Amino acid sequence: MSVSVQSLVSQPYKYGFTTDIEADAIPRGLSEDVVRMISAKKNEPAFMLEFRLKAYRKWLTMKEPIWPNVSYPPIDYQNIVYYSAPKTQPKKLGSLDEVDPTMLETFEKLGIPLSEQKRLANVAVDAIFDSVSIATTYKEKLAESGVIFCSISEALQEHPELVEKYLGTVVPIGDNYFAALNSAVFSDGSFVYIPKDTQCPMDLSTYFRINNGDSGQFERTLIVAESGSSVTYLEGCTAPMYDSNQLHAAIVELVALDNATINYSTVQNWFAGDENGKGGIYNFVTKRGLCAGKNSKISWTQVETGSAITWKYPSCVLVGDSSVGEFYSVALTNNHQQADTGTKMVHVGKNTRSTIISKGISAAKSKNSYRGLVKIGPKATGARNYSQCDSMLIGDTSSANTFPYIQVQNSTAQVEHEASTSKIGEDQLFYFAQRGISPEDAVSMIISGFCRDVFNKLPMEFAAEADKLLALKLENTVG
Amino acid sequence: MGISAEMVHCFANAPYESLVTDKNFNFNAQEHGGRYPPYRRGMINENSDIILSVRDLRASVDGTEIIKGLNLEVRAGEIHAIMGLNGSGKSTFSKVLVGHPDYEVTAGEIHFKGQNILELEPHDRATSGIFLAFQYPLEIPGVSNRDFLRVAFNAHRKARGEEEIDVFDFDDLIEEKLDVVKMDASFLDRSVNEGFSGGEKKRNEILQMALLEPVLAILDETDSGLDIDALKTVAGGVNQLSTPDNAVVLITHYQRLLDYIVPDYVHVMADGRIITTGGKDLAKQLESRGYEWVLEEFRTGVTA
Repeated sequence: MSVSVQSLVSQPYKYGFTTDIEADAIPRGLSEDVVRMISAKKNEPAFMLEFRLKAYRKWLTMKEPIWPNVSYPPIDYQNIVYYSAPKTQPKKLGSLDEVDPTMLETFEKLGIPLSEQKRLANVAVDAIFDSVSIATTYKEKLAESGVIFCSISEALQEHPELVEKYLGTVVPIGDNYFAALNSAVFSDGSFVYIPKDTQCPMDLSTYFRINNGDSGQFERTLIVAESGSSVTYLEGCTAPMYDSNQLHAAIVELVALDNATINYSTVQNWFAGDENGKGGIYNFVTKRGLCAGKNSKISWTQVETGSAITWKYPSCVLVGDSSVGEFYSVALTNNHQQADTGTKMVHVGKNTRSTIISKGISAAKSKNSYRGLVKIGPKATGARNYSQCDSMLIGDTSSANTFPYIQVQNSTAQVEHEASTSKIGEDQLFYFAQRGISPEDAVSMIISGFCRDVFNKLPMEFAAEADKLLALKLENTVG
Repeated sequence: MGISAEMVHCFANAPYESLVTDKNFNFNAQEHGGRYPPYRRGMINENSDIILSVRDLRASVDGTEIIKGLNLEVRAGEIHAIMGLNGSGKSTFSKVLVGHPDYEVTAGEIHFKGQNILELEPHDRATSGIFLAFQYPLEIPGVSNRDFLRVAFNAHRKARGEEEIDVFDFDDLIEEKLDVVKMDASFLDRSVNEGFSGGEKKRNEILQMALLEPVLAILDETDSGLDIDALKTVAGGVNQLSTPDNAVVLITHYQRLLDYIVPDYVHVMADGRIITTGGKDLAKQLESRGYEWVLEEFRTGVTA
């Protein structure tokens, strides 16, 4: 490589600042006492403590998965702070005026203004700082249509019956190692409830920020769409730059009843570590949607650009007849990033349909794997799946892998899988250059062309952001 | 001026276009509305500006020297053909001119419009007015031809300090340019060169040339792989685009292209330099007699 593909990707991470704020953190380490302490701090109902303890005990019996195509030194789970909250946080969030201005500034800097006058038009935001939700905008307006959008801690106080009814129904506490850990220690997250026959009047969004260098972030999101309802939900994430690794083990559960639709989009930009692979977030996340009702639909769209390691498979369990699952993903890895990501589409009901479009881009010394499962159960008569997995390599030192698993137990099913691998070559870039187009612009044109199918699925503001984000991430990769 | 026996011979064998461009042919521009294209007369004018000046150029790839002391001067309005056997360094020369990163210039100078361009990045050379029609145009999946052309065009405008033009104005402009190469508008909405036939790719190159209006166009074996109709279209496009203010360098193996685009100078390259230069007749001689005699003359000349 002449001007080295390297330099183009090595754009400094611009969200790497830390906010200097006093934190109320519990001592490092995990034990039954810590679990009880978290629950007590949050003043949770009894069922919640039971849920956590059951999960903790289950976790003790489990082993960290080793099958993903990623490698990292062993994680010392006793060296993590499991709860950290800004000290100045008022007990009850009456209004934004009570929120520490330093934190409001933090979110402004991230491009997520929370204050009344600057709010994002028509997007309600729940902002999560370390372990707690600091603000949720447009709550009153949403309440007018009966939509509940608040932090999960608040939901546990105000709507415990709803949380109890659905929490852990999509991702059971013992689902996997990280899910069990999350179920034991999760601190906050968002809760959304869309009542029957209601179209959520605005897009909902949660913005996650890990600030404390030693704390893990274990958030939990639960979205329930009653029959005939629909909602679009966006999730964004950033973290400061630390040279140690931080653990992020989240769970997202979605439930869609008859004729309900949930669109869930993520732009993940956790700190990915520096160019030598030092630091960065370990992003071990379980996301799953249950299409419980007939004609229900769950659509995952994700743009994954950050994290040192990503281990994540947003999935759909298609139980309701004629329900639809979709997964649109762009995963970009650079430097020493490793991603093992994909989806699972489990067809249970009749005439269920699923679509998977996955685009992996790997640059520098990164490793990018797609892992996907399409499972057609014995009763899923007439089920259909279409999968397309495309990989793009930038430079000569990155790698891309595709691991598709297909299990079909019904002979009427139709399953299609297409895969391709391409490469941004020096010659292609030279061709652009000879037409007057700089390597930076060339890479961003090629990448946005490559990702178009996925970006088209993102809400408009997000699509522009995603395009910019990728271009930034890839700056100086090619030459 | 009468018709000589030799010309009768030409009538019998050469395509029509080559005849009308012959200097002996009594062409009256007035009868053609004052315009010369699509067939072009010689444009040698000793007083026109020097567009390209290459002096004692040496260049290597992976430590192997390919260009070994090459000299060339191209003035505005001229068409030059560079011919030579495989491996003589023709294509390498074209890539060195446009700054391909695989080639290292070890000695000599390249001046373009009076400016030393050796330090310029490839995209800056392009926007300063040097265009290379690729021998093997690259495919760019996922990027539409229309977007590619527009971004390229705007990059050129930006470099000249002009404002970028918007999508709508660009669409009008490009429709016009499509005529030059008789291309269908549907090509604009396909990915750049993806799934194009050899001829379509070459036409797309000339379309880009028509759009970007370079001062110096280098056509690297643009004739290879073209059937006769495509060759005529491509050549017609190039002729239409050549003006007294720009220049064309054709790199080719065959006389065939020169029947349609008539050069003012024909250079023969061997072993990384230009060993002889002549008029268009030199190309015809090479066609009928091969290269050996030129090489032989050169060897004798060198030893003498």
